[in-house]
Amino acid sequence: MKKLVILGAGTAGTMMLNKLVPVLDPDEWQITIVDQEPRHYYQPGFLFIPFGIYRPEDVVKPKRNFFPAGAEAVFGRIEAIEPDRNRVVLEGGRILAYDWLILATGARIAPEETEGMLGEGWRRNVFDFYTLEGATALAGFLEDWEGGRLVINITEMPIKCPVAPLEFAFLADWWFTKRGIRNKVEIEFVTPLSHAFTKPVAARYLGDFLQQKNIKLTTDFSTGSIDAANNRIVSWDEKEVGYDLLVAVPTNKGDDCIERSGMGDELNFVPTHKHTLLSKNHPNIFVIGDATDLPASKAGSVAHFEADILLENFRRAIAGRPLKEEFDGHANCFIESGFGKGLLIDFNYDVEPLPGKFPLPGLGPMSLLQESRINHYAKLMFRWVYWNLLLRGAELPLEPQMSMCGKRRVA
Amino acid sequence: MKKEIAGVTIDVDEEGYLTDRSQWNRDIANALAAELGITLTDEHWKVLEFIEKDFKERGTVPGIRRLNKVGGIPTKKLYELFPDGPVRKAALIGGFPKPASCV
Ligand SMILES: Cc1cc2nc3c(=O)[nH]c(=O)nc-3n(C[C@H](O)[C@H](O)[C@H](O)COP(=O)(O)OP(=O)(O)OC[C@H]3O[C@@H](n4cnc5c(N)ncnc54)[C@H](O)[C@@H]3O)c2cc1C
Repeated sequence: MKKLVILGAGTAGTMMLNKLVPVLDPDEWQITIVDQEPRHYYQPGFLFIPFGIYRPEDVVKPKRNFFPAGAEAVFGRIEAIEPDRNRVVLEGGRILAYDWLILATGARIAPEETEGMLGEGWRRNVFDFYTLEGATALAGFLEDWEGGRLVINITEMPIKCPVAPLEFAFLADWWFTKRGIRNKVEIEFVTPLSHAFTKPVAARYLGDFLQQKNIKLTTDFSTGSIDAANNRIVSWDEKEVGYDLLVAVPTNKGDDCIERSGMGDELNFVPTHKHTLLSKNHPNIFVIGDATDLPASKAGSVAHFEADILLENFRRAIAGRPLKEEFDGHANCFIESGFGKGLLIDFNYDVEPLPGKFPLPGLGPMSLLQESRINHYAKLMFRWVYWNLLLRGAELPLEPQMSMCGKRRVA
Repeated sequence: MKKEIAGVTIDVDEEGYLTDRSQWNRDIANALAAELGITLTDEHWKVLEFIEKDFKERGTVPGIRRLNKVGGIPTKKLYELFPDGPVRKAALIGGFPKPASCV
């Protein structure tokens, strides 16, 4: 029997498991998936929790519901991978040997990386919304907040779902308006980037949006510490921004088991070939999703496009055939813009998000880089697609490679 | 684009980053730094030399965290040496391409 071990049963690991079980001969393959958490979180839904649009139960389901028959699921913490011995050590000492490994341990927030973040303000007037606990605590805070200075701050890049902090700002503007206290809330968006977003054309559109919504944009601010006693964030070069409510997107890192295994870069992301998804250091290890060091967005949509290519390359690798160098960094993200509207962006390693129509050129129905109601509904509908199709490895009518069809180049 | 600096002509992109590192030398670095209001000291050179070594090995300009964790340069110090965008400025002075924008 050949052994395949998948580490991490989040978006990417679960998807891969569902794609691989049907195509690998059960007489030849023993497939095991490992995760420390029995619950699957729909992370894109965390964005909506602070505003009461989703409740915690809307974004959590048992992981087991998504595992196909024919694979063993092991619940426990991964202590370390020993790539030179082709084995994984779990907490408690259990050892899993493998012939092939798929690493899908994702990324997590690391508030402990920033001095003062976990200080007296944490979850009192300093919150994150990248975890269910953080988003839920923030919902509780917002319920009876009467206004003041809301600062949304990205500590450092890269972060998963790089549009989520902007979406939070747009939704906050809408939510305070709806509650009739927008005039009592000042919103400031503080980012280490030089613009509202990483890619120039989209940054311009999104920057205009911030302005229209009366959200102050402060750029080139690299957060060094949080002075919780005085309610201010301080940059490495000693600039300061005061807040009454801080919504922080802390440093994002790969899991510590990657560091314990000596397999990651300075943020515990795993060096990965950007077109094949094979590990750069180990020929029997593939890496997918947020765990990679690829210069692509850390997003579920990226993991989804990667999964098609990983499936193909896994089959090639086990047959000893050359890998396809096909992954192009494709990402496709809905951006919630408040007041029941949304935007959609579609991009890859080389082409930045451009305006146009998606997926059908000229017709849409979704518009790229432009606000519309249908984009908002599509984002809300995506939760259903995620639970019912995506995680189960179903084919979606989207090509893994990005297409220029329907996009307009702008100066 | 062509740019005259330190008595020679170099090729740069729209934002002033060298497009051909073989044209780079220490005089050019000093002159590029001066344009940014920076006088290069040994401490600056330590940063530039780490970037050069890392760039050779990995093909990308290291970020702040890598400069800290692998290069041993405290972030605070880095900001003192190259105020505002330290990695962008160091890359420009060192003749490297603009650091890959985050995604
Ligand atoms: C607020 C927010 C909004 C988002 N919005 C969007 C969006 O609109 N669109 C989009 O495409 N993406 C969005 N994302 C990003 C998306 O959720 C992730 O990119 C995606 O889940 C990545 O999948 P993954 O499998 O790589 O990691 P994950 O889904 O995070 O899975 C990693 C798994 O590994 C397990 N694991 C890690 N370490 C260990 C260990 N040591 N032992 C055992 N198990 C371990 C974890 O328990 C987890 O189950 C958002 C994310 C957040 C936080």
